Amino acid sequence: MSANSLMTPATVSLPDPAPVPASGRELIRATDLTAFYGTFAAVKHVTLGFEANRVHALIGPSGCGKSTFLRTLNRMHEVVGGHVTGRVVLGQDDIYGSRVSLTQLRRRVGMVFQKPTPFPTMSIYQNVAAGLKVGARHNRAEIDAIVERALQQAGLWNEVKDRLRQSAVALSGGQQQRLCIARTIAPSPEVILLDEPTASLDPQGTQRIEELLFNLKQQFTIIIVTHNMQQAARVSDTTTFFYLGTMVETGATKQIFTAPTQERTEAYITGRFG
Amino acid sequence: MNRLVWRRWKSRIMVGLMVAAVVVAVAPLLLILGTLIARGAGSINFEFFTALPVPAGETGGGVAHAIVGTLMMVGVAALIGLPIGIGAGMFCAEFPRNRLATVARFVADVMNGTPSIVIGVVAWTMIVARQKHFSGLAGSVALAMIMIPMVMRTTEEMIKLVPHSLREAALALGYPRWRTSVSVVVRTCLPGIVTGSLLAIARVAGETAPLLFTALGSQYMSRDLNQPMAALPLTVFTYATGPYDDWHRIAWATALVLIMVVLTLSLLARLATRQRFDVRQ
Repeated sequence: MSANSLMTPATVSLPDPAPVPASGRELIRATDLTAFYGTFAAVKHVTLGFEANRVHALIGPSGCGKSTFLRTLNRMHEVVGGHVTGRVVLGQDDIYGSRVSLTQLRRRVGMVFQKPTPFPTMSIYQNVAAGLKVGARHNRAEIDAIVERALQQAGLWNEVKDRLRQSAVALSGGQQQRLCIARTIAPSPEVILLDEPTASLDPQGTQRIEELLFNLKQQFTIIIVTHNMQQAARVSDTTTFFYLGTMVETGATKQIFTAPTQERTEAYITGRFG
Repeated sequence: MNRLVWRRWKSRIMVGLMVAAVVVAVAPLLLILGTLIARGAGSINFEFFTALPVPAGETGGGVAHAIVGTLMMVGVAALIGLPIGIGAGMFCAEFPRNRLATVARFVADVMNGTPSIVIGVVAWTMIVARQKHFSGLAGSVALAMIMIPMVMRTTEEMIKLVPHSLREAALALGYPRWRTSVSVVVRTCLPGIVTGSLLAIARVAGETAPLLFTALGSQYMSRDLNQPMAALPLTVFTYATGPYDDWHRIAWATALVLIMVVLTLSLLARLATRQRFDVRQ
């Protein structure tokens, strides 16, 4: 991926004029967050808040800690044996509190991964309904309605409505990724974390997903990690630049891409390194 | 040009050698099947499956008692061995660095290499010597002891083949860990686990040595697991080493039935690995 070297700030097309009212409600906030793999701190002392119903982009070169940071927000960092210090507050709740249920937390903070991960033994319908099998009970009619709505919102309904009982792995890569988005939004989380969701997709698949984000932020708060700075510029309201595990700069996307205050940010977005 | 010709010949020679190796590898199965069919098929008829043995010297009779004995003993062995083997395999896959898992893995590998007659002697010591009589149940326990390490290792290997990303996807949806393991990870590799289980069943269905000290064998129909029981491999052993021509005829036919049972189980195992969904559109 050489998008970095292909662009200069002047060529960045911005969602114009990106409406970012200052009065937004902050939904999730990390305070002095440090994330370790063993003794190695991959994310160091990050304090960062995210307003509701916005698309927030996390950018930075490989190994800068942006994915690790993302995974601390739904405690998936611990799945690979990591641990954290500091706090993350979602709404009113400290998600690292001692009485937090991981199951309930992850139902409030959904996640989409770099590679599409449909469950291969389940049909398209079952995949979307998978998240409804845990937590609050739903009857059949409710599940039908939720599955249809989630597929509509993920822009996949028209393509799969006649083959809901077929295998999910027969779909194309881009369709699989939108299926994973449908599966993530079906249980109505508050926050959706996307970890380079278009990295394995072709340009058309990428475009479909980017278009979705504009609609999805009406209902959800979206945090997206991306290697592609044009993508960050296109889809996000705010952008945060990570480098070597520290947060270098955060702000409105337009400001970050046109008038960064930090020299390292400018060097990165103009393609001088990374 | 000369060099190219030489390379082509080199390729042909190597491919030829490999084809020869495949033929040699497959030949024993064909020889076994051919011999058994030639010598045993003539003796197989309806009576062979339904009748009991007749006294020595008379012709006719069947091996119904051995078929029932094998089915019952292998069935009970599967009931004991599969849940334990699959459960232990799941534990080792879920907690790979756990000390108990490390020990269990090592023990299973040793057990897999243990001669089956040793396992028969162990079962004899544990059950037959205490009860002071031979029993089908003791045979089942011996067979289960052979199945457990096999099933355990295949289950673990199958689970380890499931991509970590699927596990993460389920956890990120709010699945508890046990549910992730059961309804996503194990569900995904279930065909592999079923295959491993069927192959383990096929393997123990043909075991003779562990039954010699435990089920003992019987000339009568016995449906009581607490009593000595007949089994197909034991019948082959007894009749093949007996002095009568008619016994040898029955031994060939029984061996044919036995290998058919094993072949059928292996074919079922192949079927089980087929895709659940038709991926083609």
